[in-house]
Amino acid sequence: MTHILQNKNDTLVVKVVGELDMLTAQEFRETVEKAMSGALVRNMIIDLDKAGFIDSSGIGVILGRYRKIKAQNGVMVLWGMNENIKRILEMSGILSFIPFCSSEKESWEIIAKKAFKGA
Amino acid sequence: MDRIVKNRIILEFDGRPENVSLSRVTVAALATQLSVTISELEEIKVATSEAVSNAIIHGYQNNPEKTVRLVCTLYEDWLEVEVKDEGVGIKDIKQALQPAFSSDPERMGLGFVFMQSFMDEVVVDSKVNLGTTVTLRKKISGSGVKNKAVS
Repeated sequence: MTHILQNKNDTLVVKVVGELDMLTAQEFRETVEKAMSGALVRNMIIDLDKAGFIDSSGIGVILGRYRKIKAQNGVMVLWGMNENIKRILEMSGILSFIPFCSSEKESWEIIAKKAFKGA
Repeated sequence: MDRIVKNRIILEFDGRPENVSLSRVTVAALATQLSVTISELEEIKVATSEAVSNAIIHGYQNNPEKTVRLVCTLYEDWLEVEVKDEGVGIKDIKQALQPAFSSDPERMGLGFVFMQSFMDEVVVDSKVNLGTTVTLRKKISGSGVKNKAVS
C-alpha cells in the first residue's frame, strides 16, 4: 500500500507499507503520479520503514520516479529499508546513485544540503 | 543431489498481478518444510516473484486470462520451483539473461539477475509462440529452523 504522507517545501513524502511487487508497484505509480500532477513536487522522500518485500518491479517503479525527479533537478532519498530490502536494492545498483539513510529527519537534512548545492 | 522427493505442490493460476504474491508466499510456506534460514526464504520469495512476474508480463503480455503453472518440489536438501507459461516465448534467451536487457523502460532487466543471484541453478527453456519454462533450484543449507511461520 502506498500512502502520500505530506507535500511540504516542494518535497513529497511517500510511505510504502507491506510489499512492493508487480501489483503494488502499479498502485505506487498511480498514487505518486496523481500527487505529482496536482502540486509542485521537486524532491521525494520514500519511506520504506514499513515495507516488507521488494522485487524488480518495485525497484523499477522507484527508478521511474527517480528519473522524473532527477530530470527536474530534484533530490530523491530512500530511508528505513530492512536488511533484506537493502540487500536487494544494493544488488540492483540503485543505491549507488539514490541517497539513503535511516530516518525521515536525516532524509530532510540530505535534501536541504543537496538542494542548497543545486543538487 | 539427493533425488528423493519429500513433497510437491502444483499450482495453476490466472496471470493476474495479485497472484505474484500468492505464489511466492505459497512457495515460501512449502520451503519451510526444509530447514531454511530466513535469508534463504527471502531469496526464494524474490526469485519466485521474478519468475512469475516474467510469465505474466512477458509471457502473457499481461493477459490475465492465461494460466501460469507452478510446480514446487522439495528434495532432501534442494528446493525446485518450475514456472511455466504458454505465452509468446523468448526469441533470444542469451540476450534476455543480460542484466540491462528489458523490453520495458521501467524495468531494468533485473529479474533474471535476482533469480541467478539467489538460486543455485536457473534453467530457461523457451520456444517462440509456445511458451517459457523457468526452473529455479536452490540448495538448502539445513542451518535454518523448520516450520517457521511465514508471513
